Amino acid sequence: MLYAFLCYNDEDAVFSWTKEQDDAVMAKLSMVHAPLQKAGRFGPTARLMPTTAATTLRKNSDPPLVLDGPFAETKEQLLGFYVIDCENLEAALDVARDLARANPGGSYEIRPLRFFMPGTLPEGTTVAGAPEAAAP
Amino acid sequence: MTDLAWIDGALTAARPQAVGALLRYFRDLDLAEEAFQDACLRALKTWPQQGPPRDATAWLIMVGRNAAIDQTRRRSRQTALPDEDQLSDLDDVEAPMAERLDTAHYRDDVLRLLFICCHPDLPATQQIALALRIVSGLSVPQIARAFLVSEAAMEQRITRAKGRIAKADVPFEAPGPVERSERLAAVAAMIYLVFNEGYSAGAVDDERAALPIEAIRLARLLLRLFPAEPEIMGLLALMLLHHSRAAARFDPEGQIILMDDQDRRLWNRDMIGEGLALIDKAIRHRRRGPYQVKAAIAALHARAVTPDDVDWPQIDALYQALEVMEPSPIVTLNRAVAVSKTRGPEAALTMIAPLEGPLSGYFNYFGAKGALLKQLGRAAEARAAFDQAISLADTPAQAAHIRSHLDQLSRDAAAAAAARK
Repeated sequence: MLYAFLCYNDEDAVFSWTKEQDDAVMAKLSMVHAPLQKAGRFGPTARLMPTTAATTLRKNSDPPLVLDGPFAETKEQLLGFYVIDCENLEAALDVARDLARANPGGSYEIRPLRFFMPGTLPEGTTVAGAPEAAAP
Repeated sequence: MTDLAWIDGALTAARPQAVGALLRYFRDLDLAEEAFQDACLRALKTWPQQGPPRDATAWLIMVGRNAAIDQTRRRSRQTALPDEDQLSDLDDVEAPMAERLDTAHYRDDVLRLLFICCHPDLPATQQIALALRIVSGLSVPQIARAFLVSEAAMEQRITRAKGRIAKADVPFEAPGPVERSERLAAVAAMIYLVFNEGYSAGAVDDERAALPIEAIRLARLLLRLFPAEPEIMGLLALMLLHHSRAAARFDPEGQIILMDDQDRRLWNRDMIGEGLALIDKAIRHRRRGPYQVKAAIAALHARAVTPDDVDWPQIDALYQALEVMEPSPIVTLNRAVAVSKTRGPEAALTMIAPLEGPLSGYFNYFGAKGALLKQLGRAAEARAAFDQAISLADTPAQAAHIRSHLDQLSRDAAAAAAARK
């Protein structure tokens, strides 16, 4: 079963990490990622910019309203997500515990996927966009 | 990350809101700071054992407030409040407290805390020092190192600044819309001062290098509180785009590397991405302002893959817009750089000639003038301008940069003499 791991944390704290702190957390996390990647269980993964970069389109009016900022003001913000293939909830919780040891603070919301498309982004796509699109 | 590092991060992140709320309760800056300090000490004691509370900020406000009331009572020799074990057990009160925090107050609490640092009577350096002490929670020795002054001098500077704002009327009522936007503008200017204090100093020492990061953190905080303010988006974008070049601006010896010669692979892509995203958001509002225009100029540099790709005509146009919004000889001087790229150094030189009076004490004016004259092959005049620039340099890096121009002029002259023989 595919599970989404929604990573919540206080963005004030996370975005105040020094580069060294950030690198250290990422290095620890990559040790947790490695066996999952090797086992072919590791799906799309993303780290998000802070909520100050977010825009929300509210669909409950016509035309929809465009608002600055995240959908909801919360103490902890959605800062990233994983999609990981896990046998069952217990296995998913094990993954989350490993991730939590590598990166304490905040929480992981574990949510089974209802529908999944692997996507069609070409290989080598970066946050700036697909390689072809980046060429001047 | 260790527990302690995590707690330290959480305390720093909670500080503006917590001290802001405590200031509202006590209406006394020293008391509010002391209360927050007490709460932090208790957090360091109890969080590692009991785990962090669900809402760290609410916990700190609660504990800080109780500790301060306790202190005040002890000072007036009355009965003390219940002891620490009971105080730490805040599960019941935490939730309603958090509810209340979520509502109207805390936006204005944080804004007020930032705003009192921008008192118009305070010179810029005192505003920055005060903001770093009160809002960011840097220690006096840290701030002293950032300003390259002694701890005693900095202590005195901060005390004097606090004394001044204690005498001033700090407005505790929730501000009206006009007042709020005035406060926002003052706070934005102060944050930009913090940024520039570190940015202009360059890479040489660490304490100063931390100031741009702190300014970016404060701007993010402000934008989260006021998410639909295009000028705050512009300010944050501007600082991110400038700071993205930090690793490329100086060579290992601390010498300035001009943008054209920088290794663009060292530019921080995360910051550039975030800066560009913020400008995108700001433009939608169709309410132009100086920070947005400056950010748009920085974005044109960030978007260029090589120095030859820079869209100079567009930069020239943006500086013209800025000259209208914020007329100043420095803006015109910056525009002249764009003009030198589009219409040549002669045109740029004509443009900056009338600025010599108002900018007679400004390092960058003579640096730019010398560079333009050098491009035109007017070596003697270039040398005179560079000499003047060196005499006005603020940092060793600035002086060294100009000296490298002078050295090159000497080499060129020697080569020309050799060729004549």
